[in-house]
Amino acid sequence: MDYEKLINCMRCGMCLPHCPTYKETFLETASPRGRVALVRKFQKGDLAASERFLDYLSLCLDCQACASACPCGVNAGELVAEFKCEKKERDGLSFMEELVLRRLLPHPDRLETAASPLKLYQRSGLQKVVRKLGLLKMFPPGLSRMEGLLPELPAQPLRRTLQEVTPAQGEERGTVGFFLGCVMSLVFSEASFATVQLLSAMGYRVITPKAQKCCGAPNMLAADRRGMEEMARFNVELFSSYDLDFIVTDCGGCGAELKKYGHHLGGDGHAAVFSGKVRDISQVLYEGRGLLGEKLKPLPHRVTYHDPCHIAHCQGIRHEPRQLLKMIPGLDYRELADADACCGSAGTYNIERPEMADRVLRRKLDTVLKTGADYLVTSNPGCLLQLKQALAQTEPQVRVIHLTELLQASMNG
Amino acid sequence: MKQSFINDLQKIVGEQFTLSDKESLAVYGYDSTPELESLPGAVVLPGSTEEVSRVVALCHDAGVSVTPRGSGTNLSGGSLSAGGVVLQTSRLNRVVEIDEENLTATVETGVITSALHRDVEGRGLFYPPDPGSMNISTMGGNVAENSGGLRGLKYGVTSDYVMGLTTILPDGVLLKTGGKAVKNVAGYNLNDLLVSSEGTLGVFTEVMVRLIPKPPAKKTMLVHFPELEQAALTVSRIIAARIIPATLEFLDRVTIRCVEDYARVGLPLDVEAVLLIEVDGHPAVVEEDAAAIRAICEKHRCSFFQTAATAEEALKLATARRVALSALARVKPTTILEDATVPRSCIAPMVKLIQETARKYDLTIGTFGHAGDGNLHPTCLTDERDKDEIARAHQAFAEIFDAAIAMGGTITGEHGVGLAKKKYLPKLVGEAGVRVMRNIKESFDPKGILNPGKVF
Ligand SMILES: Cc1cc2nc3c(=O)[nH]c(=O)nc-3n(C[C@H](O)[C@H](O)[C@H](O)COP(=O)(O)OP(=O)(O)OC[C@H]3O[C@@H](n4cnc5c(N)ncnc54)[C@H](O)[C@@H]3O)c2cc1C
Ligand code: SF4
Ligand code: SF4
Repeated sequence: MDYEKLINCMRCGMCLPHCPTYKETFLETASPRGRVALVRKFQKGDLAASERFLDYLSLCLDCQACASACPCGVNAGELVAEFKCEKKERDGLSFMEELVLRRLLPHPDRLETAASPLKLYQRSGLQKVVRKLGLLKMFPPGLSRMEGLLPELPAQPLRRTLQEVTPAQGEERGTVGFFLGCVMSLVFSEASFATVQLLSAMGYRVITPKAQKCCGAPNMLAADRRGMEEMARFNVELFSSYDLDFIVTDCGGCGAELKKYGHHLGGDGHAAVFSGKVRDISQVLYEGRGLLGEKLKPLPHRVTYHDPCHIAHCQGIRHEPRQLLKMIPGLDYRELADADACCGSAGTYNIERPEMADRVLRRKLDTVLKTGADYLVTSNPGCLLQLKQALAQTEPQVRVIHLTELLQASMNG
Repeated sequence: MKQSFINDLQKIVGEQFTLSDKESLAVYGYDSTPELESLPGAVVLPGSTEEVSRVVALCHDAGVSVTPRGSGTNLSGGSLSAGGVVLQTSRLNRVVEIDEENLTATVETGVITSALHRDVEGRGLFYPPDPGSMNISTMGGNVAENSGGLRGLKYGVTSDYVMGLTTILPDGVLLKTGGKAVKNVAGYNLNDLLVSSEGTLGVFTEVMVRLIPKPPAKKTMLVHFPELEQAALTVSRIIAARIIPATLEFLDRVTIRCVEDYARVGLPLDVEAVLLIEVDGHPAVVEEDAAAIRAICEKHRCSFFQTAATAEEALKLATARRVALSALARVKPTTILEDATVPRSCIAPMVKLIQETARKYDLTIGTFGHAGDGNLHPTCLTDERDKDEIARAHQAFAEIFDAAIAMGGTITGEHGVGLAKKKYLPKLVGEAGVRVMRNIKESFDPKGILNPGKVF
């Protein structure tokens, strides 16, 4: 690990009030400042990677709210993740990790066969494994509640039904590649379909390379850097074979990961170009807001927006989604308090640390209810699953949907 | 620390809130002070005044030291403990009462400063002290350090607002001082004595502060100066013209460069100083003051003067000042933020002296701060691994502090003495001053239980 990154922390504490686990516990060990210090003391040989040490680090959600708040550019969440990766490199993958991360994830066909039909997926026990490894970057608290969590899966994953090329409507303004997130395709195919429709309506020819693989974020969550790198190399190669203006994704987690390919694959020039082209869907739509605005028709909803960590903290995107929502005529937009605080889904976190995940989620739900909104918009599959399930149980009047679904609803009138 | 003693602590605050594992102790071994570290023997997070009292009494009987800690953001090593018990107040975070008739707020001392701001501002009231760390600093820490902030010039510092305190004395006994009466001269003013005691006289568990009505209007201005002296003169002239801005902040050339590199806010690189000025009060007065300030700035050859028309624009103008510390901190790994304070009339010579000292010792020092009250933050950008440079930085600051004292100023305007500035204290308050302080400490805490080794 880069020692430089650790000593950049000047221990000012500015990150503390933004860290979900510090807010819950007030413990320095559960704060970004404390986590940086722990890793640093490990590096210096003052502390060993004892069970308790790892337990403290594993309480980190990797939501990166600390990075947004840090004056010195320190990213405690990422440092903890890097620490875990290095440890994994020394310790090796477990059998199950090997199976899912190396055999299943890199092959969307096998993944889809495993995942659909749903019954097979659920019965084979694979679901448990997949979840445990954070394939879905997002499962809600407690394994026991898992069955209630998955919304009805679409008959077919979007990757199977979408044509490779979706032509532009009206005057063509460019060509974009669409990066289809595993979970978006498998679970939220309607939202991703809306994304493609919006792009096309905005005058983009949309290419969805069918061979694309998972972005590699689940590998990083399981601290499997090599697996991630293999996937990254493949995707870079694949998308580089097309002539694209942008590479668009509607999954916050994928977007954050894809934008880091250039960094991950250091010397690879193609990877840097690839990462430079990656855009979250909100960025592209906001860029063309003039045209989009003309197409939007009134929606009478009360709407609030939850910032996914992977969009707000990892990609720094906060303005665009809000502005897009405010463009919808007749819409009553209500700002959410602490909108960019993590919802607690955080990869496999809610399985590993259900108690803390629940506390973090509770805070989020309270703020949502205070807004009086009947639509909660967000744009990351993890948040969608977590919030959908939680609200469906207690507050069924609040609907949780992806940004592009609401925009498409407004466009269709 | 003996396990039996830890068990006794656990019986008072609960197992969950008693920490003694190696990892926890390691991360309670620091606060925001650069370079300083010291391992405590245990950490407790009591949940009530009563628990605080019992913990302190237990420590008193066992002869174990207690160091209060809020969020550990002080810059003088004040919350570090060598082998004793660190008592973190974060769980004492209830707002006890906001009295809109007497204009007071009573809060437990673990309440975060900006949370109190939000709470009272929602009711059209105002608690002015706003240290740069207000989003995380606790009210207890603010009282113990007598923290100041950007609004200090017009509105004063924490001690100007503390009306009452609930304090646990070193033997665990509870002392209530002050109260809602605005006039109160019964005996010694213990309240004022306790403020800025840096955790050495007692543990505060509740504080009652004075509130004022929220000023209805505000205007923000950003001004560039090609000459440092003219910027400094402007500061003096504004105040001589009987205008007290709520904020009068200063950035020097090094800081301007770093801010521009980091945030690209459009600051020209050929200016020597930037002032951020904010006036507040009644709308008509605010308009008048802003116009008068503009005239003074122009007379002193400012090269640029901008007034914010909207709240959003005001935020934008304030960006340069807001990001100053971040911008500096990113340049090098280690950031030593100091707190030398001089009379207002000495700002120009002080900034010059800091710049020359930096050159002499081959260091990068950016200076920014509260020009209105002469409270400057010379900030040295260095690397703790470069022992030679660190040594030079310490030498440079020693000279800067000497100069501050010689100009009639002080070594610390708001960060406190703690461990970091102990050695300078006699120079500033004299032998007699130190003796009185020692005697006060002795009468409060004969066994030396509370935060030993700090201040003197
Ligand atoms: C980036 C940054 C900016 C800052 N800006 C400013 C500024 O503008 N103005 C300013 O004045 N300071 C500033 N500070 C310094 C610091 O934030 C303040 O001193 C603050 O009041 C400390 O609060 P805390 O809760 O972190 O206290 P801690 O650091 O935990 O403790 C500070 C001292 O108070 C004592 N203490 C804490 N709580 C209690 C209690 N309940 N009873 C008795 N003693 C107690 C401790 O023993 C210690 O001696 C800044 C610090 C940083 C890192
Ligand atoms: S991580 Fe950043 S914000 Fe947090 S204490 Fe370190 S320097 Fe400050
Ligand atoms: S990533 Fe999130 S949980 Fe982890 S230290 Fe940062 S703010 Fe806290």
